[in-house]
Amino acid sequence: MTVAEMAKELSLKPLVAADETREVTGGYAGDLLSWVMGRAQSGDAWVTIMSNANIVAVATLADPSAVILSEGVLPEENVLKLAETKGVNIYMSEEDTFSVCGKLAKLL
Amino acid sequence: MSDELKFHFDVHGDNFTSAGEASVEVKKKLRQLGFPPDVIRRVSIAMYEGEINMVIHARGGEADVLVYPDRIVIVLEDHGPGIANIDLAMQEGYSTAPDSVRSLGFGAGMGLPNMKRYTEEMNIESTVGVGTKITMVVKVQ
Ligand SMILES: Nc1ncnc2c1ncn2[C@@H]1O[C@H](COP(=O)(O)OP(=O)(O)OP(=O)(O)O)[C@@H](O)[C@H]1O
Ligand SMILES: [Mg+2]
Repeated sequence: MTVAEMAKELSLKPLVAADETREVTGGYAGDLLSWVMGRAQSGDAWVTIMSNANIVAVATLADPSAVILSEGVLPEENVLKLAETKGVNIYMSEEDTFSVCGKLAKLL
Repeated sequence: MSDELKFHFDVHGDNFTSAGEASVEVKKKLRQLGFPPDVIRRVSIAMYEGEINMVIHARGGEADVLVYPDRIVIVLEDHGPGIANIDLAMQEGYSTAPDSVRSLGFGAGMGLPNMKRYTEEMNIESTVGVGTKITMVVKVQ
């Protein structure tokens, strides 16, 4: 499943659609950045409520296929700009992390 | 082994939002050099954790990355407070991170364990009141 397909299925709002053709190979949920760094796999969709600029560096290095901000969280404009320059996909869901992950798990 | 490539970075201690830039830069360079994705990922994540630690716990420091054909060596050195008990600091979950950075998602106490997990060799030299030097080696298989 591509990031675009996932976004459609989960009714995600694209905030930065840098590479929608990227394959989603798994999922990981977490807000503590070092857990994400240690446990998320490359290609995972990463579900989090963290929206500060550090998520862009984490996404750049841990290499998830997309960051999904749950609970309707919206980052500041400078975070989105940074994500754009780094080619990081960022989407937003109005639902909570549990619901997003439940639906994502069914799709995978 | 004289054909190594060397990258040097000053890691500033005052800026959290740009923290991680040196690691992102190293990732880009290693990609250009054609290293395998797994090696690049391990190097850049281990370096990121060390870089962030210098920002959060040591008011910044310096990072050197030495690139050899068969291994990549990361050296992080700071003149921060030092680590009194290295065994304790290495334990998963141990953290002295202040609330101000916890709210940003740091402070899980997983950074040093990640550095160990993602590298083949890791050595910490630290003196309280003087500083900390961490050397990590990632082998290229
Ligand atoms: N460069 C350093 N100088 C001084 N103390 C350090 C340094 N690096 C780590 N420490 C100490 O070791 C502890 C554990 O570090 P570790 O990276 O594992 O966790 P953390 O930085 O607190 O949280 P996390 O990395 O999960 O965001 C820190 O809380 C701090 O007390
Ligand atoms: Mg840390």
